[in-house]
Amino acid sequence: MSETALTAPRESANTTSLTQLALMRFREFIREPEAVFWTFIFPILLAAGLGIAFRNKPADVMKVAVVNNGHAGSYAQWLARDRSLRIRQLDESDAFRALRTGAVALVVIPQPGGGVTYRYDDTNPDGRAARATVDNAIQRGAGRVDPVPARDDRDREPGARYIDFLIPGLIGMNMMGSGMWGIGFSIVDARRRKLLKRLIASPMSRGQYLASYLLSRLVFLVLEVGVVAAFGIFVFGVPFRGDPGAFVLICLLSALAFSALGLLTASRARTIEGISGIMNLIMLPMWVLSGVFFSADRFPDAVQPIIRALPLTAVIDALRMNMLQGLGLAAVRGQILLLATWLLVSFAVALRIFRWR
Amino acid sequence: MSQAAESIALRVRALRKAYADVVAVDHLDLDVYRGECFGLLGPNGAGKTTTIEICEGLTDPDSGTVELLGRTWRRNAAELKQLLGIQLQETQFGDKLTVRETVTLFRSFYQRGPSVDEVISLVQLEQKRDSRVGQLSGGQKQRLAMACALVGDPEFLFLDEPSTGLDPQARRQVWDLIEGFKATGRTILLTTHYMDEAEKLCDRVGIMDRGRIIALDTPRALIASLRAEHVVQFAVAGGDGPFEADGLRAIAGVLDLRHSDGAVEMQVEQLHQTLPAVLQAIAARRCSLTQLSTHSATLEDVFVSLTGRHLRDE
Repeated sequence: MSETALTAPRESANTTSLTQLALMRFREFIREPEAVFWTFIFPILLAAGLGIAFRNKPADVMKVAVVNNGHAGSYAQWLARDRSLRIRQLDESDAFRALRTGAVALVVIPQPGGGVTYRYDDTNPDGRAARATVDNAIQRGAGRVDPVPARDDRDREPGARYIDFLIPGLIGMNMMGSGMWGIGFSIVDARRRKLLKRLIASPMSRGQYLASYLLSRLVFLVLEVGVVAAFGIFVFGVPFRGDPGAFVLICLLSALAFSALGLLTASRARTIEGISGIMNLIMLPMWVLSGVFFSADRFPDAVQPIIRALPLTAVIDALRMNMLQGLGLAAVRGQILLLATWLLVSFAVALRIFRWR
Repeated sequence: MSQAAESIALRVRALRKAYADVVAVDHLDLDVYRGECFGLLGPNGAGKTTTIEICEGLTDPDSGTVELLGRTWRRNAAELKQLLGIQLQETQFGDKLTVRETVTLFRSFYQRGPSVDEVISLVQLEQKRDSRVGQLSGGQKQRLAMACALVGDPEFLFLDEPSTGLDPQARRQVWDLIEGFKATGRTILLTTHYMDEAEKLCDRVGIMDRGRIIALDTPRALIASLRAEHVVQFAVAGGDGPFEADGLRAIAGVLDLRHSDGAVEMQVEQLHQTLPAVLQAIAARRCSLTQLSTHSATLEDVFVSLTGRHLRDE
């Protein structure tokens, strides 16, 4: 009886050390308040802020100035009938200033003798939309009859709003940030403290050391993705149309790919300053290019092949196809293949060049 | 295998390691016997840490061999690691973990050894068991490092500068730990640049300078090799022209003498016979003493007599 009690812990020594290493990661993370903030609180604040700022974009009104020069006639009255317009009557100089500062999208300048001039920035989509709407309202008010009868059927179904677009982007960005920082920072810190050297002087298995990072990443992944996804679903009613199994697979693969990239980034650096520089160099282009906040399609065709090759682009595209369009695994196979390639290549190179001391 | 070979725990032959700008270890031979505490004593940059890290399997030598407990790093690395206890210079354990969590982590790497609580009480950190490592004092951190070195019940203990930077009380606690380990009959290799540490703890000492061992014996024998019992240091001012120190060599009982800028250091056999003669000679030259001290000869004096430099000159 007592003999079993004595030998039992010895037998499980190997799995114990993987558990202990993973526990160390876990404890170091939750005892670091900043890390908890950036991983869990910050994405929610960001989603809430952007969600509120863009919540009723389709119903947004266009602000238009009408110059108060005595030739306006009934223009202001006709324009006021259109609910999507908000009219301000201003002196000419005030109206132009309002246009320059973006307070209005278009200035209507009535001309003596019945004509009208529109002043707006034709590179600004709001300006062009205001031009079309205002002109329509004035022509109809003046008696134009449209030859083709047209009826509006407004579709405001969830899935087409900015917040729906944003939540998959934030999930992807979050997985990238915590995967790379969580691993990169921690490894370089251990190297800087010579703790890494002390650990490899012990019988610790190097494979288990690296595996403990992946293991703890997978635990946190559930929380990171879960928190942002649940926030989107319950607060903003973001749709979740895809196969949950495929969603989980995409997230797992993304977390592993970014962990491997974090490992690669941290494989040589000796200082926190060094790793911070490399991290920003790698992550900043992806924040901008990979379509977190706006579609990556906006960039010129010439750079599209590069953007499509970035891991964050693949993650976000796959998540949007899954969550918003409800497409299955077959539709995202390209993205999955790309992420698997990033995972394998980064991991292989990292293991090869890793500085253990 | 002969009796002598069996009793050797660490055998180093023709070890060499060069870095870009310096030869850190230069053709070094060394035998450490089972059950002894062997000290590598030398100034910073003498090659002590490189030597001990090659023995620990952390650094590959350019050439030469290391045989540890009858095994080599090339063939028996995994087995060796289970048998060694290692304390490196300046390891900082994770600040956010507690003492118990840190020791538990290290305990999990070893197949055998005492329980976590046993090790913690061995290094007298029971009071700090649940404190974060970041809140420990320097001495407590060093005892935690000892705990992590002892947690696998090692056959051979490597200690790199175990008491550097500690206050006298913390040093004494670390020394007690090392002596306790020694009393169990196992082997220790330590490096230090404190002569008193080497004299107190080590059965044999190798004095290292510029990658070589320039003297090796028991502390007592090394000191005796000076033949001098005492060291006299003094400085003078005044007098007619520069102080002519070399003339003092003629005084009976003066074994060795070095001087610079009127500061003189001499090794003497018998203080009570030689010192009065020295003082007379100074008075005869119409100089006045500005400083005078004497001490019994130490390993420091051995180092000075071998190299002409002090251990902590840099």
